[in-house]
Amino acid sequence: MSTLTEAPPPLDPTVTKTPENKPPRKRGRLTPYWLLLPGILWLLVFFALPMLYQASTSVQTGSLEDGYKVTWHLATYWDALSEYWPQFVRSVLYAGSATILCLLLGYPLAYLIAFRAGRWRNLIMILVIAPFFTSFLIRTLAWKTILADGGPVVGALNSLHVLDVTSWLGMTSGDRVLATPLAVVCGLTYNFLPFMILPLYTSLERIDGRLHEAAGDLYAKPFTTFRKVTFPLSMPGVVSGTLLTFIPASGDYVNAELLGSTDTRMIGNVIQTQFLRVLDYPTAAALSFILMAAILLMVTLYIRRSGTEDLV
Amino acid sequence: MMTTDNSGDVRLSGISKTYGSFTAVHPLDLTVPQGSFFALLGASGCGKTTTLRMIAGLEDPTSGTVFLGDQEVTHLPPYKRPVNTVFQSYALFPHLDIFENVAFGLRRRGIKSVKKQVEEMLDLVQLGEQARKKPHQLSGGQQQRVAVARALINHPKVLLLDEPLGALDLKLRRQMQLELKRIQTEVGITFVHVTHDQEEAMTMADTVAVMNAGRVEQLGAPTDLYENPQTTFVANFLGTSNLIEAEVDSRSGDEIVLKAGGGKLTLPEARCSAPATTGGKVLVGVRPEKISLTHAEDAGEIPAGRNRITGRIADSSFIGVSTQYVIDSPVCPEFEVYAQNIDRDSRLVPGAEVVLHWNPAHTFGLDAAQDIDAGVEEEAA
Repeated sequence: MSTLTEAPPPLDPTVTKTPENKPPRKRGRLTPYWLLLPGILWLLVFFALPMLYQASTSVQTGSLEDGYKVTWHLATYWDALSEYWPQFVRSVLYAGSATILCLLLGYPLAYLIAFRAGRWRNLIMILVIAPFFTSFLIRTLAWKTILADGGPVVGALNSLHVLDVTSWLGMTSGDRVLATPLAVVCGLTYNFLPFMILPLYTSLERIDGRLHEAAGDLYAKPFTTFRKVTFPLSMPGVVSGTLLTFIPASGDYVNAELLGSTDTRMIGNVIQTQFLRVLDYPTAAALSFILMAAILLMVTLYIRRSGTEDLV
Repeated sequence: MMTTDNSGDVRLSGISKTYGSFTAVHPLDLTVPQGSFFALLGASGCGKTTTLRMIAGLEDPTSGTVFLGDQEVTHLPPYKRPVNTVFQSYALFPHLDIFENVAFGLRRRGIKSVKKQVEEMLDLVQLGEQARKKPHQLSGGQQQRVAVARALINHPKVLLLDEPLGALDLKLRRQMQLELKRIQTEVGITFVHVTHDQEEAMTMADTVAVMNAGRVEQLGAPTDLYENPQTTFVANFLGTSNLIEAEVDSRSGDEIVLKAGGGKLTLPEARCSAPATTGGKVLVGVRPEKISLTHAEDAGEIPAGRNRITGRIADSSFIGVSTQYVIDSPVCPEFEVYAQNIDRDSRLVPGAEVVLHWNPAHTFGLDAAQDIDAGVEEEAA
């Protein structure tokens, strides 16, 4: 009988249920926000605050000796743009050319990995990613050796008269490749190629193979199948690949610095010089904002035009 | 519908497909006449889909030739063959709307004004309203109809259907079976239909080829396959059969008399696909619904001349229109009997001693050298 008397009496459900049920529901509702907190803090400290700081810098005037003060001097933007517009245009041209080259080189490779590589697929994927295991700087410097004057690459291009064509296009000068626009575009293309291949591969790999068969069955020749089925379905990959290539490439300064000359300076080089050598912080900050605005504008127009909203 | 035109014939001769050391399809000869509804029936992995894909040109045969009418198409790529396929789970183009999906084949052949044809075709499959929707906005049954419309609009010589109803629920499947049959009768195109569902094959097709392990086990009209199976696989895969091992005792006229578990059974010679030599073994089969059950006490009332077997009811399950009994008999441990619920004998409960009897004309004989259980598991799966 003792066990029976010691057993806890049944609790009144109306009393116990409410306090037990309510707090977990509330905690459950807040959990996602708690989990988001580190990320939000991170963005606040390392993105939002620096942005605000840069924004305020861009409207300051003064000098290094007397210090800078916020004077809402918006003319800095106009001055920066009118002085450095050629570098802006050049950045867009170089980054655009590199993006197109990446797409032309990357698409066939991504296609091969997705549909034809069979058991070699993983190996090729590793080879695509492998360059990331060495430093960006070292890889870019290696291109200096590859494209060196009188080196085998330049020699070969010269004897094939490729340099005559690129010279005529204004991409190289004389017998040199190094320190020309071609070298910078090659460097950009090389460095950002994996960022093109990976999203392309992902979207190609997702395409159901039976769609190719269905297209063939409905009288589409292999190339028509590509044009009407494969390529449209890979548009999400094309869009994200071109964005991932174009955006960082247009702000890049390492390739232009190492492989180019003073005539191939991109906007990234200007910003870097303004910040670190000239120490004209307002101009540098204003240039950064103009670059950001320009990229946002171009990207928005591009996504609108490619009309992939319902595919992504 | 009957024409002398044979351009929609499908003739396969000696066609086979091997992948490395695995033979998916053994050399196979098959003729599907123009305008017929032909079903390839078998369990998964039996080679039926591979056979279909070789007709479509999606698979290169290892040997043999494929003819469509008088044209050899063995090595033609799919886009040059006058056939169209309704794929398993449809393979509709997700980036194109329903209209463009259906217009795809016409556009590829350079036809400019497709609007009228596409609209007519969409009306035929009752999807006129959905023309501007994307495939993922449609239900399974609607997608299935788009797939059929997309193939039929090209007026192919042959329409190939690869498990087209597999993704649909039972009710919709029954409805679509009738629908497909109606469309086939209407357009008169040769249909080759691959399925693992025996009921589907029997309902829809004029001719069924039962495939097993890369070979055609038997080919014929559904009733013929059901009533006269030639192999144990067909007997077990298509419906249910009771198979009994028996010994040939004697022959009288066009009847064979067999000994099984002490009793005697009669089998019409015409229905025995195995060589029946006296003293040799034969598998005797009978379908569960052909058998009558009589309680042992009334055994005397059974008319003479019927095949009889004694046993005890092991299990019975009432399923509405009929009752399914499992009988434990000395000749066969699990004898199945389906009895119509007309006059139910209340004594027929598990444990009751019974006599099973049937008209000898419903008996069939098979070669005893085969696996008696071939096709049993596949049917259950």
